[in-house]
Amino acid sequence: MIQEFKKIWKQYAITMLWLLGLLWPLLGIHPDGTISFKQTITVWLYILSGTFICFIIYIINSSGNLKFFTEPVVNTSEKLNNMVQNMPSWIWKSVLLIGAVLYPLLTGRYPTDVAINVLLYICLGLGLYVVAGLAGMLDLGHIAFYGVGAYTYAILNVRYGIGFWVCFPLAGLSACIAGCIVGYPTLRMRGDYLAIVTLGFGEIVRIILNNWMSLTNGPNGILGVKTIGILRPVMENGFSFEIFWVKKLEYFYYFALVLAILTIIAVTRINFSRIGRALEAIREDETAAELMGVNTFYYKLLAYAMGAVFAGFAGALFAARMKFVSPESFTFLESVMVLSMVVLGGMSSIPGIILGVIALIVLPEVFRELESYRMLVFGLTMIIMMLFRPSGLIAAKRKKMMEKKS
Amino acid sequence: MAHLELKNITVRFGGLYALSELSFAIHTGEILGLIGPNGAGKTTIFNVLTGVYKPTEGDVTFEGESILGKKPHEIFSRGVARTFQNIRLFSKMTALENTMVAMHCRSNKGVMGALLRTNSQKAEEAFIKEKALEALKFMGVIQFADTVASNLPYGSQRRLEIARALASEPKVLLLDEPAAGMNPSESSELMKDIARISERGIDVLLVEHDMKVVMGVCNRIVCVEHGIKIAEGSPQEIQNNPKVIEAYLGQPAAKHD
Repeated sequence: MIQEFKKIWKQYAITMLWLLGLLWPLLGIHPDGTISFKQTITVWLYILSGTFICFIIYIINSSGNLKFFTEPVVNTSEKLNNMVQNMPSWIWKSVLLIGAVLYPLLTGRYPTDVAINVLLYICLGLGLYVVAGLAGMLDLGHIAFYGVGAYTYAILNVRYGIGFWVCFPLAGLSACIAGCIVGYPTLRMRGDYLAIVTLGFGEIVRIILNNWMSLTNGPNGILGVKTIGILRPVMENGFSFEIFWVKKLEYFYYFALVLAILTIIAVTRINFSRIGRALEAIREDETAAELMGVNTFYYKLLAYAMGAVFAGFAGALFAARMKFVSPESFTFLESVMVLSMVVLGGMSSIPGIILGVIALIVLPEVFRELESYRMLVFGLTMIIMMLFRPSGLIAAKRKKMMEKKS
Repeated sequence: MAHLELKNITVRFGGLYALSELSFAIHTGEILGLIGPNGAGKTTIFNVLTGVYKPTEGDVTFEGESILGKKPHEIFSRGVARTFQNIRLFSKMTALENTMVAMHCRSNKGVMGALLRTNSQKAEEAFIKEKALEALKFMGVIQFADTVASNLPYGSQRRLEIARALASEPKVLLLDEPAAGMNPSESSELMKDIARISERGIDVLLVEHDMKVVMGVCNRIVCVEHGIKIAEGSPQEIQNNPKVIEAYLGQPAAKHD
C-alpha cells in the first residue's frame, strides 16, 4: 500500500515538473524577446494547488474514507438513472423541446448566437455521422459540402435575386451532387487512403471558392446575401400578404432549431431502417456486406450524398444568417472540428454527437475569460475526455428489438 | 438437374493456377461435400461461385443462366448464400440485426420510405424482422437476438452466420468449414442442422476438414487437389479412392519384400 502511494506521488511529481517545462516556453518567452519566470510560476502554482487538492481527495476516496459522502451520491444518481429509464421518452423530449424554445427568451443576444452555432453544427455533425459513424468512411473534407450549400444560396441570391425558399432545396441538391462527385471515385478506397482523398477534396473546394473570381468574388467573399423572407398575412385594406424579412437573431434561432430537429429525426429514422443497417454492415465488414446482398457501391454513394445534403441545408441557413460568405469559413480546421465533435461525442450515437457539438462549441466560449490560455485549456479538456471516455461521451447503445420479457 | 454448375473453371493469379479446368455441379436436393488438403482451392471455388473472383476462363451457371461477371450482391439475391471460413459477422451489431441485413435484398423501401416512415415501410420492417427471427429460431440462437454478435460464444457465432445466410431463403447454401473449432458434440449437432437445412429444399455445398461430418451428412463428395478435381462420388467411393488417399496421406512407401 505504502509502496503504491510512493509510486503515485513520484509520478505526480514528474508530471508536474513536465508541466512546468511545457508551460515556461509558452508563457515565459515574450514576443519582444524578454524572458520572465513570474507569470509561469504563478500559473503553475495555481495548477499545482488545484491538482494537489483533487489528488488528496482521490487518495482518501480510494482508501474508502469518503464513503459517508460518496455512497448517498452514487445511490441517488442510480435512482435518478432508473427513473429516467422508466420514464416514457416523450416526457424528457418535450422538456428538452420547451427548454430549447424558451432559451432565446430567457437569455441574451450572445448566448443565442452561440446556440445558433451549436444548432448548425449539429446538422453538420449528424451529416458526418451518416458518412463516418454509420458507413465508417472517414471524411476529412465534410465542411466542403457546407461551403457548397452556403455559396449556392449566396450566388443565386445576390446574382439572380432568387429567394431563400427556392434556394434552400437547391443548396441541398448542389451539395448532394458535390457529394456524388467526391463519392464516386473514392468508393474503391478504404481507411487512410479515403481520408487523404476527402481531405484533398475539401481543399479543392476551398481553393476554387478562393480563386474563381468571376463567380465567387474570391477571398473578398460575397456580401449582401438576403435573409430569409416569409409571407405574412396582413389584414389592413382587405386580406393580403407581405414579405416579412427575418432579421432578429431569435427568429434565426428558431429556424436553426427546426432544421436541427428535422435533421435529428431524419438521421434517427435512417439509422433504424434497412438503409441504416446496410450502412452499418458496410462499416463492420464491407466484403461480408456485399456477399450478404448489400449493394455496397450504391450505399456508400448514398451515404455520401445524404451526409452532403444535411451539410448543404445547414450551409444555406448559415449564409442567410451571416449575410456574407467567404472561403475562410470553410477551412480544413473546420472539418477537423466537426470530426472532433463526432468522435468526442461518440462516433455512433446521435445524442452523443449532439453533446459533443455542445461541448466543443460552448467550452471555448466558457474559457474566453482565460484569454490566452483558452486554447490550451480547450486542448487539455479534449485530451482528458478522450483518455477517460475513448468511445465518446455517450457510447452507442444497440436498440433492443425483442419485446421486453416481464 | 444441375442447379449451380461450374464449367471448366480456371482461375489464375499471375502465373499461379489456383483452379484449372475444374467442373462440377450441385444437383437439386443434395448435400455436396467439397474436400481437399489445405491450399487445394476450396475457398477459391467459393469465391468464384459467389462472384468475388472472376474466373480467367470458364463459366458458372445458376438455374441454367450464366452468373459470370455478376456482382456478389446480385448473385446473393438470386439465391446463393454463403458463410465464411473465418467468421465474418457484423461484430458490433446484434444477432438480430446481423440476420436482418441479409433480408436487405428481399426488401426495397428507399430513403423516402425511411424518412416518412410510411405504413408500407413499417410493414416491410416487420416482415424483415419476422423472417430474421424465424432464421434465428431455426438455427437455435434466438436467445441471443439482442446480444451484440462479438459477445456470442464461438459455436453460436458459427450458427448465427448460418442463420444470417438462411434468412433470405436462398436456394443454395455454401458452408465454408462450419465445424472448424467445434467440439464433437457441437459438430454432431451441426450435422443434424445441415440435414434439416437440406430438408427445407436448400442445396448445400459443404467444405469441411472434419471427415466425420463430411462422410456422415453428404450424398456426394468432390475432392480437389492443387486446383484439379481428382475424384467425385459417394462417400464410400471417395474413402476407397487411391488418389484421395494419396492426396491426404502421401504416396505409399516402397514395399518391403
